[in-house]
Amino acid sequence: MPYLAIENIRKAYGPAVAVDHLDLGVEKGEFISLLGPSGCGKTTTLQMIAGFVEPTQGAIALDGIDLSQLAPEKRGLGIVFQSYALFPHMTVAANVAFGLEMRRVGKAEIRQRVEQALAMVGLADKGGRYPRQMSGGQQQRVALARALVIRPAILLLDEPLSNLDAKLREEMQLELRQIQRQSGTTTVLVTHDQQEALALSDRIVVMNQGRVEQIGSPFDVYERPGSAFVATFLGRTNTFSAEPTPQGLAVAGHVMMPGERPATISIRPEKVDFTTEGDGLPGRVLTRVFQGNHWLLHVQTPGGLCLVIRPNDGRPVPGEGEAVVLVFRAGDASLSLAGSSP
Amino acid sequence: MNAQARQGWLLVAPATLLFVGILATPLAMTLLLSFNGWSSTQGIVPTLTVQNYAEILSDSFFAEIFLRTLRIALWVTLICVLIGAPEAYILRRMREPWRSSFILVVIGPLLVSVVARTLGWALLLGGNGLIPLALHRVGLTSSPVSLMFTETGVVIALVHVLVPFMVLSVWASLARMDPATERAAQSLGASQITIFLRIVLPQAMPGILSGGIIVFSLAASAFATPAIIGGRRLKVASTLAYDEFLSTLNWPLGAAIAVLLLVGIVAIVVGWNRFIERRYSQVFAS
Ligand SMILES: Nc1ncnc2c1ncn2[C@@H]1O[C@H](COP(=O)(O)OP(=O)(O)OP(=O)(O)O)[C@@H](O)[C@H]1O
Ligand SMILES: [Mg+2]
Repeated sequence: MPYLAIENIRKAYGPAVAVDHLDLGVEKGEFISLLGPSGCGKTTTLQMIAGFVEPTQGAIALDGIDLSQLAPEKRGLGIVFQSYALFPHMTVAANVAFGLEMRRVGKAEIRQRVEQALAMVGLADKGGRYPRQMSGGQQQRVALARALVIRPAILLLDEPLSNLDAKLREEMQLELRQIQRQSGTTTVLVTHDQQEALALSDRIVVMNQGRVEQIGSPFDVYERPGSAFVATFLGRTNTFSAEPTPQGLAVAGHVMMPGERPATISIRPEKVDFTTEGDGLPGRVLTRVFQGNHWLLHVQTPGGLCLVIRPNDGRPVPGEGEAVVLVFRAGDASLSLAGSSP
Repeated sequence: MNAQARQGWLLVAPATLLFVGILATPLAMTLLLSFNGWSSTQGIVPTLTVQNYAEILSDSFFAEIFLRTLRIALWVTLICVLIGAPEAYILRRMREPWRSSFILVVIGPLLVSVVARTLGWALLLGGNGLIPLALHRVGLTSSPVSLMFTETGVVIALVHVLVPFMVLSVWASLARMDPATERAAQSLGASQITIFLRIVLPQAMPGILSGGIIVFSLAASAFATPAIIGGRRLKVASTLAYDEFLSTLNWPLGAAIAVLLLVGIVAIVVGWNRFIERRYSQVFAS
């Protein structure tokens, strides 16, 4: 049995279903991300684990103990809220100490553990400040220290980085991952930022409209998306409808890969290549945009518009208006058979 | 003066004129009046004297009344805090159709005419009124004791009408509070009582203190309620000034009482405000 076992939970607000049939097992020490578009039920799921929202149906167990009858204050979970929810009238040190005081930890030990926690997030010298006197990134770290200092069974993070600017966010991602590894705390992160989920997680739970679309490692969900939704939500993808021919599956009459039945081919832009010899999908470069470490090209083909990403590695890249031939390896494409639901 | 500054002055002129006309001028005239002399035969004597102030400050009769005013205002403020702060918190946690209807109930006293409301209290507080009878029935008093013309009666009636100000003021500061802080405290293991005392109350403190200022100054300067409930027997500063003006016709003395009351209230309010600002400026965004 997994450390945190979520079994078939469902949450309905009247007729509206926020989360439906969610099954998830989280192993001890694992870093899991709930990823999905706005309104797909990520926060609701997290709140059900935390105990602030009661599931309409289903069970949540932690370390074999049923949580349903346990009030939030009894669950011993560490939560970092999207707004950080620091106590504005307490100093940073008092914020971090709060959870320990509730646990009636001795004064000396509190001081020592608060110091440790603040040092861990790099704020050892800021204990005397008030939250309002700190930057967004610092407040975020205080919230993290406050959640971790109680040595929670699980750390729950609700979009903790979404209020930070891009550069700081990237720094904090690295730091978060490091702190999580170091403390070994089982962590559930809610995010709608696919980059963040890919960078941080051991496994990603991709959600859509209250349902789980796919659970897998970042590499898996990116490389082998289980559904058309996952393929388009995680990164960009090209889709072509293909017809079977004696030589294999063909897009607009051009054979691209083996296959016997009508299907939709999904292929990532970075997996599409140009060729000068042999067969492929002919097209014309519509636009070419330089993006620093890569080029982004829109190619018009008889099968539809195709996005191509080429690394800026010194090899020549076709210019706008040039005629090109597109190819990809069959192993890089994913097929969904026509007629079956995505 | 450049054009923009001139325009600015022009724009504030109407409000300034209104302010000068209906507030500053009467105040200045009251102040002047308080330095005039008075005799029972001549009436107001247009001299410049501090005799009125000397009389008030030396006579223990006046001291007692000012002390009583202060005592009543402090009690009213304290009780308003004790009732109003939890009331605002409970209101905030209510769900919608209830919340709106209870807000109406809370500000209800403000919607009732002061005379009707106070006479209502007179009925309840009088010797045969509900409250003395109830106190007698539950055995707190040996016979029904009228609360009319007592400080307790005045305090009760004032709390009734002033509590809404406290509720609204605390409400405003609770609205600024991030509700996630309560959940954060709960997830850290705090009970509901601890959350209220250690998380909600401190964040509501600016609202409680500013509500306190409003309630205190309104209670200290209240006229109608102490006039009806306290009557002639239980004077406070405002009813005292009124009596000097209209019964004794000693206008200068009444003016001096009014000035002292105003100065006292302003001094307390300003000091209080200073304290709030010093205490909370670094903690809460203004
Ligand atoms: N208290 C509520 N009452 C009614 N509906 C709610 C309530 N809370 C959430 N919902 C609905 O449930 C669905 C899921 O909400 P949730 O907050 O879990 O989304 P989310 O995935 O966290 O989205 P976001 O990324 O925007 O935060 C939404 O459609 C939302 O409107
Ligand atoms: Mg959310």
